[in-house]
Amino acid sequence: MMQPLIACHECDLLHRMQPLPANSKARCRRCGALLYVHAPKTVNRTLAFALTGLFLFGIANIYPFLSLESQGAVLETNLITGTIMLSRQSMAGVAILVLLTSMLIPCTLLMALVYVLWPIKRGFRLPFTRHVFRMALNLRPWSMTEIFLLGILVSVVKLSKMATIIPGTALFSFLALVFVLASVSAFLDPRAVWEKIKQ
Amino acid sequence: MNPRRATATGTAAAAGLIACHSCRLLVRRPGRLNRQTIRCPRCGARMHLRKPNSIARTWALVIAAIIFYVPANMLPVTITTYLGSSQSDTILSGVLYFMRTGSWGIALIIFVASIVVPIAKLIVLSGLLISVQQGWAWRPEDRTRLYRITELVGRWSMLDVFVVAVLVSLVRMGYLTTIEAGAGVVYFAAVVIVTMIAAETFDPRLIWDALEREDESTAC
Repeated sequence: MMQPLIACHECDLLHRMQPLPANSKARCRRCGALLYVHAPKTVNRTLAFALTGLFLFGIANIYPFLSLESQGAVLETNLITGTIMLSRQSMAGVAILVLLTSMLIPCTLLMALVYVLWPIKRGFRLPFTRHVFRMALNLRPWSMTEIFLLGILVSVVKLSKMATIIPGTALFSFLALVFVLASVSAFLDPRAVWEKIKQ
Repeated sequence: MNPRRATATGTAAAAGLIACHSCRLLVRRPGRLNRQTIRCPRCGARMHLRKPNSIARTWALVIAAIIFYVPANMLPVTITTYLGSSQSDTILSGVLYFMRTGSWGIALIIFVASIVVPIAKLIVLSGLLISVQQGWAWRPEDRTRLYRITELVGRWSMLDVFVVAVLVSLVRMGYLTTIEAGAGVVYFAAVVIVTMIAAETFDPRLIWDALEREDESTAC
């Protein structure tokens, strides 16, 4: 195993790894792909945001998400309602896809990070750490909360002509969750975590 | 936050090394590679010199996405019923609706996410596949950058699927107006998922392998 070398994952060029200043990134000199980052205190920071994210997830699922007021009647919607309505209209596949990308995958991602990072911080070992962390890294592109939020914005604009839409507690919680998930990926330094798992 | 350029020493493949797809650890390549599966000693992922059957798999997914793309645009994505009369909307008529009502920003977002991105992605992936199969040495940095952008923006096409999900949950049966999801959304979701997997299956290192071969042939 060659520790001080890294291969670019997009053009395979070998680079000698150099210590980076805090919060900076190294790019491939041939194709410009991101090689590695130096995110200081990655375990503590990522763990803090992951736990915050799980808490926000709870709130987002308990409280009403959006309410629609039309002709004097108020209709309350939860985060899960879209999935339920789609499955009732024999759109089970799309329903599962929406449920996965907007809720289950982001939630699994955060739980997996807590499962990996908590023992590293406390100095003990849990089984399948390697598998769980690998799964978390692979899940990242499939967590689409920010796109879901944009989808809500578009729908609200579309419906604003025919009804009044009242944002609920869960919507604000979900908005915060989008920023927390962005912070999680900004503070996570996979290379540093792999080093700690190996020890 | 300045990107730092690292110093280079040739490719991993030329040095007899394999990089793990998952954790990027470099491992010395054993003599007979294709006979046995090697697993990464650090993260346990299967290791390959290049993503296995990258070209054939990516082509299969790109062709599948092109086929799904036709019904995704022809069939309605939403069916709005108001007082017994119903109106079907496709992806394109949804964009036109926002343009007519003056929401130009939203119209542009949906047009880019649902129409420009999927088409551009299929064209870029097909182009990259052809360029790799033909062994072109033409502007590899730009082709790699094109791939990187394709991989990054592809997920935003899910926007229209989420819009349908939210509309359906907000405007429910029992009131004067109801919105139902149309069959088009199933095919559209399939296009987005299949092209995302296609981008993940394509190995951009193949773009650079053609250059290595050309270097060897000129050196001999």
